[in-house]
Amino acid sequence: MALQTAPDSVQCFHCGEDCGSGVIHAHAKEFCCSGCKMVYEILNETGLCDYYSISRNPGINRKELARPDKFAFLDDEKIMKQLVSFRDENQTHICFYFPQIHCSSCLWLLENLGRIDVHIISCKVNFERKEADIIFDHSKISLRKVAELVTSIGYEPYISFQNLNKPKTTISRAKIYKLGVAGFCFANIMLLSFPEYLGIDAKEAQLLFVFRSLSLLLSLPVFFYAASEFYLSAWKSLRHGFLNIDAPIVLSVLITFTRSLYEIVSGNGAGYLDSMSGIVFFMLVGRVLQDKTYAALNFERDYTSYFPVAVTRLVARKEEIVKLDDIKLNDTLLIHNQELIPADGILTSGTALIDYSFVNGESYPVKKEMGEIVYAGGKHLSSNIEILVIKEVAQSYLTKLWNRQELKEDKKNQQHSFVHLLSRYFTWIVLGIAVCAALYWYQFASAKVWDAVTSILIIACPCGLLLSNTFTNGNILRRLARNSFYLRNAQVIEDIAAVDYIVFDKTGTLTTGRFDNIEYEGMPLDAKMRSEISVLAKQSTHPLCQSIGKWTGSPNNFKIAAYKEVAGEGIEGIVDEDLISLGSGRYVAGKTGTEDVSAVYVSIEGNVMGRFIFKNQYRNRLPELINELKGNYGMAVLSGDNPGEKYALAKLIGNNAEILFNQGPKDKLDAIKKMQKEKYVVMMIGDGLNDAGALRQANVGISIVENNNNFTPASDAILNAAMLPKLSRFIQLCRFNKKIVVTAFIISALYNIIGLYFAVQGSLQPVIAAILMPCSSISILMITFGLSNIKAKTLGI
Amino acid sequence: MSAIILLLIASISVASLFLLGFIWCVKSGQYDDEESPPIRMLFDNKKPDER
Repeated sequence: MALQTAPDSVQCFHCGEDCGSGVIHAHAKEFCCSGCKMVYEILNETGLCDYYSISRNPGINRKELARPDKFAFLDDEKIMKQLVSFRDENQTHICFYFPQIHCSSCLWLLENLGRIDVHIISCKVNFERKEADIIFDHSKISLRKVAELVTSIGYEPYISFQNLNKPKTTISRAKIYKLGVAGFCFANIMLLSFPEYLGIDAKEAQLLFVFRSLSLLLSLPVFFYAASEFYLSAWKSLRHGFLNIDAPIVLSVLITFTRSLYEIVSGNGAGYLDSMSGIVFFMLVGRVLQDKTYAALNFERDYTSYFPVAVTRLVARKEEIVKLDDIKLNDTLLIHNQELIPADGILTSGTALIDYSFVNGESYPVKKEMGEIVYAGGKHLSSNIEILVIKEVAQSYLTKLWNRQELKEDKKNQQHSFVHLLSRYFTWIVLGIAVCAALYWYQFASAKVWDAVTSILIIACPCGLLLSNTFTNGNILRRLARNSFYLRNAQVIEDIAAVDYIVFDKTGTLTTGRFDNIEYEGMPLDAKMRSEISVLAKQSTHPLCQSIGKWTGSPNNFKIAAYKEVAGEGIEGIVDEDLISLGSGRYVAGKTGTEDVSAVYVSIEGNVMGRFIFKNQYRNRLPELINELKGNYGMAVLSGDNPGEKYALAKLIGNNAEILFNQGPKDKLDAIKKMQKEKYVVMMIGDGLNDAGALRQANVGISIVENNNNFTPASDAILNAAMLPKLSRFIQLCRFNKKIVVTAFIISALYNIIGLYFAVQGSLQPVIAAILMPCSSISILMITFGLSNIKAKTLGI
Repeated sequence: MSAIILLLIASISVASLFLLGFIWCVKSGQYDDEESPPIRMLFDNKKPDER
């Protein structure tokens, strides 16, 4: 296939990333790293190169390889049993989650796993859930081998502690069945009612009886099965002493059914069974649309999904794999490079370089010496260390924060949608009309009381309100999802509309979390010096060194000698006979004291040349967003980082905004609480575990992801970082939601009034109900979809 | 008249067959994943030995 080659950038054949300076030429193709090349070789050997012809550069970048024995824990019988979904003498079924799945090539390759290893019997991908069900012959290949095989071709399964303990979620198909049944019965009852409406000959009484009985028979599944959804919800809310919108609807359905039953059995009329089943059907359609879930996203993630499933414990200097639960006090754990620290502990061997950005939002890794305490949640970035556990996993600082009682209470339990309130008013008005009509008829023609009252209750069902609500919500959720803004459920739309205070996290939310914005200060560097520095910097895996390596440009083929890395301090080496060191002020220039900016010093042959200053890289188009938000919302920034960016932030967000630095996870949570005490409705936007508490506490918590495969802490909504500038418009659309619902409801209420006109007279013909019901539903459909789509278009979403 | 009743029974039974078909589809998981089947059907089924 054709490669798109710009003059100075070469795309990796495998993953499509810019190869930069380290192009690897092999098999007449270009690769960005040996990992990508290796995957190509595996696929080439097994004749699976179609992978590359289905989508362009489909591969997953392999620059960061998994640790060789990362999946050793899968050999553990106990862990394996919890993971596999089925097992008999010959085969094992396992369901892996692959967050990397993104294109048709992925699907094709994974489903052809059997061609790489014949012992894999089959593999079936579920694209929506990003999962693959793999069936393999466990007498020939172990689960660990399977995991390593898929990892070797770039699909590293994500196995978390969370899915060990939780039972597998089964998809609820009940609603779909109900929808099908209701639709079937509705259509048939409607057909059977036509003769009645069109005026059937009185001589054909027997035929009429058949039609009516059949309608009654068909309405039974609707009444007892399809509508059970609404009975349950109404009953639940009544038990909590709350009248939700389903209660009057259930009342209306009950009355319609009993009256129709009475009419048909007594032979007085045909009843309103067609209207009843029609309403149930449309309401179910609305519910199904609104409850559309994003199977691949997880809004409930807690700390356990970040932690490894198992860790290496040292017992009498022997390594063994233990599950996270089984870690006890005073155990010695071996932590490998790139591994997360699972429990608070004391460093007993090695020098640790720990990236706490996840826990407290500090952008740069910190160094820990022997004897210092390391906290759970940090990611270890250098060679292996050993820690002595001083607190069990569940007692660690981070997990304790998560287990706080107030965060456990599910705020989603309180339903406070304005729709329920509106339906309550509506119900009282209807009941009032019913009482008036009853009194009137009692005086003049007491035989008509029953007729009038039941007709009023039948016609005045607030289903129009429910329909307009569910259809609008459903459509807006879909519109937002198309812009990579995924809401947990429909209630979040209303929560967003109520927000008047917006709080941002800094690292990873306002800034990109990359270190591309570098300024050099000091004596000028010539081209040779630059390449020398570049060669040296590229030796280290430290993120700052990596960016310096990129900034200083193309390395020559200089040989490097006497390379030395002092963890957390710096690196040095002799490049082309010049001794170069890069590192902290203390390491390179002998400076003491802490600095207010993040900087790396450089010296050549002992002469300090200058320093590289790292500035936070703010996301694109942020100022426009802030401008749009400024007048309407209070704003604040809660940063776990040092105040080095204070000036830049104040300039960006305005002087009135509250900007707090050095905020730990608990500080952030408390800050949100304080704002809520001041009667603000707070929206929190963050990305890391350190924001998790605040995200839960806030009225609306939005987590930011760089791409949709990333993991996010529990939240109400997930927003793709690239779409952050549109936030203000998203909020506007959510606010418009209420207007649409009310408009559609008023229109449907007009139909109700026409119906009421007949009902109070006690002369509601089934045919009138049968005309009004679909008219009202269809107008609601058109209004909700029309208005929300027009609004979304004008907003450019 | 009896013709109408006969037709009625026939039409409702045919409709019930479709309802059963629908329930069967849902049960077998056809609606669980709406994205992969349309992609999957576009792949050629080359056997490894053919290459």
